[in-house]
Amino acid sequence: MRGRDTHPTPGWIAGLPALWLGVFFLVPFAIMLGVSVAHRVPGGFFEPGFELTSYARFFSAFFGEILLTSLALSAGAAVICVGLAFPFTVILSRMRRRSQTVVLVVLLSILSLSEVIIGFSLSTLLSRTAGVGNLLVWAGILSESRAFTPSLFALMTGMCYIALPYAVLVLYPPISRLDPELSEAARMMGAGPLRGFTTVTIPLLRGPILGALILVFVFTLGVYLLPQVLGQPQHWTLSVHITDQAVFQSNLPFAAAMAVLLLIVSLALVGLTLLLGGPKGDAT
Amino acid sequence: MTNLSLKGVTKRFGDFTAIDDVSLDISDGSFVCLLGPSGCGKTTLLRLMAGLEEPSAGRILVAGEDQTDVPSEKRDFGMVFQSLALFPHLSVAQNVAYPLTIRGRPRAEARARAEELLDLVRLDGVADRRIHQLSGGQRQRVAIARGLAINPKVFLLDEPLSALDANLREHMQVELRQLQQRLGVTTVVVTHDQKEALTMADLVIVMEKGRVQQIGAPMEVYRKPANVFVAGFIGTSALIPCRLTDARTVEIGGRVLKLHPQDQVNCAADRAAVLSVRPEDVRLQGDDADAALPARVVFVRDLGESVHYVLDLDGHEITALYHPADRPDVVAGDTVGVAFAPGSCTVLAA
Repeated sequence: MRGRDTHPTPGWIAGLPALWLGVFFLVPFAIMLGVSVAHRVPGGFFEPGFELTSYARFFSAFFGEILLTSLALSAGAAVICVGLAFPFTVILSRMRRRSQTVVLVVLLSILSLSEVIIGFSLSTLLSRTAGVGNLLVWAGILSESRAFTPSLFALMTGMCYIALPYAVLVLYPPISRLDPELSEAARMMGAGPLRGFTTVTIPLLRGPILGALILVFVFTLGVYLLPQVLGQPQHWTLSVHITDQAVFQSNLPFAAAMAVLLLIVSLALVGLTLLLGGPKGDAT
Repeated sequence: MTNLSLKGVTKRFGDFTAIDDVSLDISDGSFVCLLGPSGCGKTTLLRLMAGLEEPSAGRILVAGEDQTDVPSEKRDFGMVFQSLALFPHLSVAQNVAYPLTIRGRPRAEARARAEELLDLVRLDGVADRRIHQLSGGQRQRVAIARGLAINPKVFLLDEPLSALDANLREHMQVELRQLQQRLGVTTVVVTHDQKEALTMADLVIVMEKGRVQQIGAPMEVYRKPANVFVAGFIGTSALIPCRLTDARTVEIGGRVLKLHPQDQVNCAADRAAVLSVRPEDVRLQGDDADAALPARVVFVRDLGESVHYVLDLDGHEITALYHPADRPDVVAGDTVGVAFAPGSCTVLAA
């Protein structure tokens, strides 16, 4: 379109997202980085400076274990959540258009609930006196009602509950766009429904599945209320400890250092996942 | 012998009857075209043959064995879909070898067979390419090769050439027919293109509104249409409203036309009827000739290879088609006498 008397997109427009990213991500991150190397004043706040004390403190068996717990919990939640969201979305995409809309609206309404409401609702639902234990007793499965919280199961339920809408939102567009003739072609060529699913549908959706896994993983890394409400102390994630250090111990440099490390580790893991799960070369 | 039979097959989607009591026999090694306008049920019929749809009533047999309840994956049919449905995550060779891989054949054998098939459809040197690196025509050939990988009992194709441009399509029609003759595989092709059907098929099945209108060899369907729909859909026909006064006489706009003994009559006497005749069988004579119907030349379309005379016959527009060497010397506005080649007329119920 060169030479036409039109109004080309001005070059500075590309600067807007960059400015956005700078103001809302890079600047806060730089502040956090600055705080993480600041000098802590015990009983007080912190003074500007440069020392690696906070980072050094993190490299202990205690915090290492917490970091691993956080990563393992989020990875577990990602696998379970996407494992549930995938068949759910496949079934959803085969429903009538109208029913699809209703289900999606209900699903999206979960996003309007805060972590606090979800956490306390689940802790009531899984409690001994008011929870599903009574239903199981009524159904004859349990002889006596029991509490299912706090436990790893309760925590996973909560994490998967809040992340499920995101996983479905990532998976829904590619799954609903998938040409149904592809799986029919697989059937015509001798693949039963399960073989067709594993050899055609899943490989075709590898990108979106990976995307959903990463999204749920990163999203659940930030969860800090659910582990306290639904989990036992050994399930407390790094996010819980960051909050604890920042809010209750008034140790902002250490909280900032942990946040920086968490960010680095999770970015590294996301990068590794993309590297391993990216398109493979021809393997004929 | 693997012949394919449908017995009273009906398919309903809710209140809508897509296929209405279709029975047919397709003999071994024949090339059959399911021909009809869009929405006539031809694709549904193909999907019923494939087992991708379950019939609401009726049975489907292959070589005398009931296949109605056999799932698609166990029928050993080959199929080319309208979208081709090639797998983008696999290479060309892997696509072609997929039916063999699924059946657990060794990798080397599957690869060798894939190369043999690609050779058969004249695709060299693309085995390791990705599907998106191929042109439309090449994809077409890959889909055909993949459909033939297991030496299918029946080879089904759903509008396989519709995405290709006109020249390539005509070329592929001939090639597909030659390939089928070489392999002798029983083939069923869905198409809405009558030229495609006439080019390729041994047997044409004309469908409309979920029903079979006519089954016959291409020239039979062309020359002796069973009803007005077939006459209008296959090729161009002059369809002239008339009245069959007795078994061998029709009345057109008050004029009496004696039918030739070889003309077809597919309707009861003394009823409103339609006289169907092909443009190449409409002959112009002097307006004083006996047994000629008077008509006025409305327009002369000279296309070089042929000349079309658009005529007004008693208020109905019909066309006469001439080879340039035989063209009569008339111009628009002239009044001429119209006669029909002996045995070329078909009288159909209106």
